[in-house]
This record gives sequence, C-alpha cells and structure tokens, in this order.
Amino acid sequence: MDGVHDLGGMQGFGPVEREDNEPVFHAEWEAAVLVMMRAAGSRGIFNIDEFRHGIERMPPAEYLRASYYEKWLDGITRLLLEKGVVGADELAARRAFFASRPDAPASAALREPPPPRVPSNPNWVQDCIRETGATPRFAPGDPVRTREMHPHGHTRLPRYARGKRGVVHRCHGVHVFPDTNAHGRGEQPQPLYSVRFDARELWGESAEPNQVVHIDLWESYLLPGR
Amino acid sequence: MGKNHPNVDPYVVSRVRALESLLLEKGVLAPDAVDRVIQRYEADTGPMLGARVVARAWTDPDFRRLLLEDPTAALRRFDLDYAMLRVVENTETVHNMVVCTLCSCYPWPVLGLPPTWYKMPAYRSRAVSEPRALLKEMGLDLPATREVRVWDSSAEMRYMVLPRRPAGTERLGEAELVPLITRDALIGVAEVRPAAAAVP
Repeated sequence: MDGVHDLGGMQGFGPVEREDNEPVFHAEWEAAVLVMMRAAGSRGIFNIDEFRHGIERMPPAEYLRASYYEKWLDGITRLLLEKGVVGADELAARRAFFASRPDAPASAALREPPPPRVPSNPNWVQDCIRETGATPRFAPGDPVRTREMHPHGHTRLPRYARGKRGVVHRCHGVHVFPDTNAHGRGEQPQPLYSVRFDARELWGESAEPNQVVHIDLWESYLLPGR
Repeated sequence: MGKNHPNVDPYVVSRVRALESLLLEKGVLAPDAVDRVIQRYEADTGPMLGARVVARAWTDPDFRRLLLEDPTAALRRFDLDYAMLRVVENTETVHNMVVCTLCSCYPWPVLGLPPTWYKMPAYRSRAVSEPRALLKEMGLDLPATREVRVWDSSAEMRYMVLPRRPAGTERLGEAELVPLITRDALIGVAEVRPAAAAVP
C-alpha cells in the first residue's frame, strides 16, 4: 500500500537526532512489547509479513507521532483482535484494570497460574527461504525494470523504486513472497534478487553524484528490460 | 533501564499490561519472558558481536574472504547461527551504508537492537535520496570520488558494513581493535577512528 511507512525519498523530517549512550530499552514496557511480538509470531499467530502490514495500517498521523514500540503495540493489538486471539471487551476490561493499578505486574490480573505454553519456532523470522527448485528468470548483470504498481495491500517494492531501471546484482535464493503471505494467500515463494539502481534513475536531476542504491526485490516485481 | 525516561505514557503502559496479561492467560507468553529478553539484549548481544567479527576480518585475510563470500560460515566461527547476513566492504572507492526505508530491518543477531534514530523517518527518508548530505550532517564528509552504495533492507536479507581499518592501527591486535569499532561504523554512518593512544 502507498502508506506513510514507505518513507524513502520523502523530505521535511528534519535532522537525524542521535541520543548519546542510548539505553537498549527506554522503559520496561518496550521490552514487553518486543516479547509479545516474538511470542505470538513464533507460535504462528501471525507471520512477519502480517506483522509488518499490521503496523502499516496505522492511521498515517498516528504512525508519525508514535514511538517505535508504540507502533509495534498498535500492530500486534490489531492482529490479535482480528485473529480472535483476544477479544475487544476483555482487552478493554484489562486496560481499565491496569489504568487503575499502574504499577501492578501483568500477572496481577490473573486468577490462576498461567497454562503451559504452546510450542514455538525460535527461528520464525529467518524461516523464509524455500528450496523449491525454481529456476531464477534473471542472472547477475541482467538489466531489469521494476513494475509500476500501486497495490492496496502489503508490498516490499518501495514507491521510490517503481517503474525504474536497474541491474541484477545477485540472486539470494527462493524466498517467501510477502505480498501474498501478509494476506493469508500463501507463501508463493519466488526468487529474490539484489538489484542495483543508479541514483540518477531514481532521483533524476536531484540525484547526488556517484551514488547507487541496492534493493532486495522479488522476481514478480521485475520485468526484463533496458 | 531508563526509569527516568520522561515519555512513559500511562495509557500506553496500561495497554501493554492488558495485552501481556491476556497472552499469559492464553499460554502464549511465559511469565519470565520479559526478564529474559532484557538480559539478552542488554547484556548478551549487541554491536560488540559485529565488532569482533570485523576485528577478525581486519587481522586474518582468510577470514575476511570467508566473511564476504560465505558470511554464514564465517559467523559460525563465533558461534552465531545466522543465515541471512550479507557483509559489504568499504574501500578507498566505495562507502556502504544500510537502511530500511519500509520499516526498521536490522541485523539483530550481530548488532543487537537498532538505535532509535535508525528507526525514525528522518534517517529512513533521506538515506536513499541524499545519503551524502545526510552523512555530512551526521559527521561523515565523504569525498565526491567515493561511490556511496546504499543497501535498502527490503526483504529478510540483512546487511552489515565491513569498515576500513584506520591508518595508525597496524600494531594493534584483534582484541585491541574491537573497542574501536562502533555500531555506527557497522551501519555505515561513521568510519572507524584510531584510538588516541594508538595514534603516533
């Protein structure tokens, strides 16, 4: 989708603000959000592409206002509700409970000890290569052109690189296709390529000199061409 | 742990606790999972892992070749099981930098969690369109003759920069080089500087 998350080439966000000696987590709740994302993902409640698309569906103004882990919280909550893992009513009741007891640990709302957990796949994020035996359509050095498209769903073809000419740098093997996997339409694995673009192709006369961008792109994003 | 961080929003914390307690109840979350992840990312992993790998590459040419050609095999020598990494080498003529314009992809197993600036719009928007200007603002002024090669992490492949070994460090061994290698150099928004003591 042409969402606000697709930031490449946008302007006006000001200088990069670096924090000296930045802590890994700024507060304990950030770690809790990270843990919930991994716990749900590694137990197959959502895949990484659904997770990313969950965040992309935040209202744009919210997305720009929110901190990183607030975005994650928003995306995880949306997915857990959509998938029926948690209910809106029970979530609202729990939130009210903790609003009145801000220092209580998460276990304070439980009436009995938690049940044993469902088994998990600790490598779920990396688990995206599929040895399908598919023959890559393109070889290193081949000129390609990216498709000009504006899908409403999830895609990993950034807006700034659509309808652009590049050169295949290498093939990374056959990978799960996010555009379908994010929408329950299966993994549909296909070859993934590192494609090199000259900055002038991407940014025209505004390009800085002597610059290239490499983007990892799935085969169906690409057309043969000069 | 940043207990004094000013932006702890009580509404956000109550939403986190609510979800946490429901996931505990449904057997999705372990009671000690949060403590374990804090330990993992505050102590056991972080940019020092990437720094160790780079220091080895600077001092062992065979390892450097392996790291560039088969990073998975190279990382195994550091007991790191990570098949998704590509290492891109800075030279006299090429400077590499890494970004994720669509979200915040970052090589967690070798660099730990990304710094906040890496995840924010100011960096993600301009890294691909005006990297030279951005790097200059961040304190790295590259000569026009050096190609800037930006890696936008749009899939599950992750990128780490192999920075140039600075002049003046020829006498340093692998262990002495490690502390010089910063996270920012491994992302490609800085170069490695020789420590003051090492400069003649």
